[in-house]
Amino acid sequence: MFTRKHAGGAAVIAIVMTTGLARAEGPNLGKPISQAELAAWDISILPDGTGLPAGNGTPAEGSRVFAQKCAACHGENGKGGINAALVSSAPLSGISAAAKTIPNFWPYATTVFDFIRRAMPFQQPKSLTNDEVYAVTAFILAQNKLIGDSDTMNAQTLPKVRMPNRDGFIIRFADKI
Amino acid sequence: MAGNRSISHGTPPVVVAANGLLDRRAFLRGGAAMAAAMTGYTVIKPAAGEALKEDPWSLAPGATSPPVEQRSRFEQKVVRTLSNPNGEPRNTHARTPHHLLNGTITPNSLHFTILHGGTPDIDPDRHRLVIHGLVKRPLIFTLDTLARYPMVSRMTFVECGGNSAPLFSPQPMQASVQALHGLASCAEWTGVQLSTLLEETGIDAKAKWLVAEGADSPAVSRSFPLLKAQDDAMIALYQNGERLMPGNGYPMRLLLPGWEGNMNVKFLRSLKLTDQPAMSYYESKIYSQMLPNGKSYQFYFLQEVKSFITHPSHGMAMQGPGFYEISGIAYSGDSRISKVMVSADGGKTWAKAALQEPVLSKSFTRFRVPWQWDGGPAVLQSRAWDEAGNVQPTRAQFIAQRGELDAAPAILAFPNQHYNSITSWAVDRKGEVKHVYA
Repeated sequence: MFTRKHAGGAAVIAIVMTTGLARAEGPNLGKPISQAELAAWDISILPDGTGLPAGNGTPAEGSRVFAQKCAACHGENGKGGINAALVSSAPLSGISAAAKTIPNFWPYATTVFDFIRRAMPFQQPKSLTNDEVYAVTAFILAQNKLIGDSDTMNAQTLPKVRMPNRDGFIIRFADKI
Repeated sequence: MAGNRSISHGTPPVVVAANGLLDRRAFLRGGAAMAAAMTGYTVIKPAAGEALKEDPWSLAPGATSPPVEQRSRFEQKVVRTLSNPNGEPRNTHARTPHHLLNGTITPNSLHFTILHGGTPDIDPDRHRLVIHGLVKRPLIFTLDTLARYPMVSRMTFVECGGNSAPLFSPQPMQASVQALHGLASCAEWTGVQLSTLLEETGIDAKAKWLVAEGADSPAVSRSFPLLKAQDDAMIALYQNGERLMPGNGYPMRLLLPGWEGNMNVKFLRSLKLTDQPAMSYYESKIYSQMLPNGKSYQFYFLQEVKSFITHPSHGMAMQGPGFYEISGIAYSGDSRISKVMVSADGGKTWAKAALQEPVLSKSFTRFRVPWQWDGGPAVLQSRAWDEAGNVQPTRAQFIAQRGELDAAPAILAFPNQHYNSITSWAVDRKGEVKHVYA
């Protein structure tokens, strides 16, 4: 008797789960949104290049944008000003974060594009065109001798830039991933 | 226990560790004794023989109630300290004054904040949260719709990964507990479990990470594992019962209980499910920690078990020998605090601290130890354990693993992160409290 009742209950639960009734009982107030509608907020670039937009830029083009829109804070040619230097040949040493630079620390070049596009210039973030972001990224990478002075950065070339410290990291809590 | 029996019979409290640390149960039934507890304020001794009289506030009606209560005008010094008061084009920090607070809840006006592009002035009716990427149904939510979902409340601390960074200095920096540890606060957060919303969007089998992004000017973004999203991640809408403070993410923030503060993305507008982390600026550069062996940690996630004494602490002046309560805050991003030990002799002998109930997972726990200060030099320390078996490292253990700076940094700098070792306060014969390494 007890066993039969128990089995019946289990069957009911199985039906609920397979028909998706549990989800239907939730509020379900989220509205569907298309990729086109959310594109303006879909700006994260992944290290393999996923998300990089169309467009391109060269170090020479980036030099002009940089002088106009970046140098006030980051110094002439990125040598540093009231905010961080973006160009450096200093090695990584010690444990102070002050030693971290783009060429000696950042593991992926895609991060340079992603951060400039979302957060820079500080007073007018998201104001640069994609071409301008590619160009400034190219300028910074070239100044740091990570790419050649005439290399064009775009969705194909940027993810292929090999950053020197790519393998310099230990995942602290890999068991949480 | 012998200590309890002796108290109940009216004999003096039992000294359980050197330099006058008393049994933690000594005053549990002795409310009057607690009147002498150290508060952090100057204690004015009542003049002997002074007759009580009526003060002006007892002789006329007071002010009418305002719609929003303000603190007493006598509490105006209880403020956060600011790293960028003039709004220069960079980030800005405001630190919690732990030495002027007690209990475990940080008042909303004093919760620490770090903002990377100022505090946005977000119209809640126009704010949206979109969940997209490797989901079966990309969905967009308004604040009003989220407010109709089943909610949960939980107490949890939020701590900046760079909190306590001055303790990487090779010399102890003379700064208050606010300057050293003020980038950690604790609140009751109420909101919608992220797992509830992910049930609605469905999850593509390839999804392993989420990239969270804010609506602030730098669109701060951080990646976190799907495992955490399906565990205890929350979209927080309320902070200590009221809507979030603007500096804490109004109108909604990601809450990842126990994890690095910056990952709790404020002004949350987008969650994208991905098969890999985005390696955003904050996870690639800012919150990766350099190690003595030339490598760097990445994806530290946890704020590990930690404690520090808030009363007394640097900058306070003892009011002469006698009874004081040593108290402080302990927390672990992993689980509940199971034990806090306190020393008054620089770690040679230890007394078990009383833990104020309720002791909650990933939340501030207030610890207290009664102390009979004899007026001599003392070095106060606290050390915490959590239920998962993690123990707060000694400074020697911590430095051996994580290293030390070559020179003292600027007090507001973040030369390294995730410091969770012991803090030592030295009390000298004059009653002054200094920061030392011991």
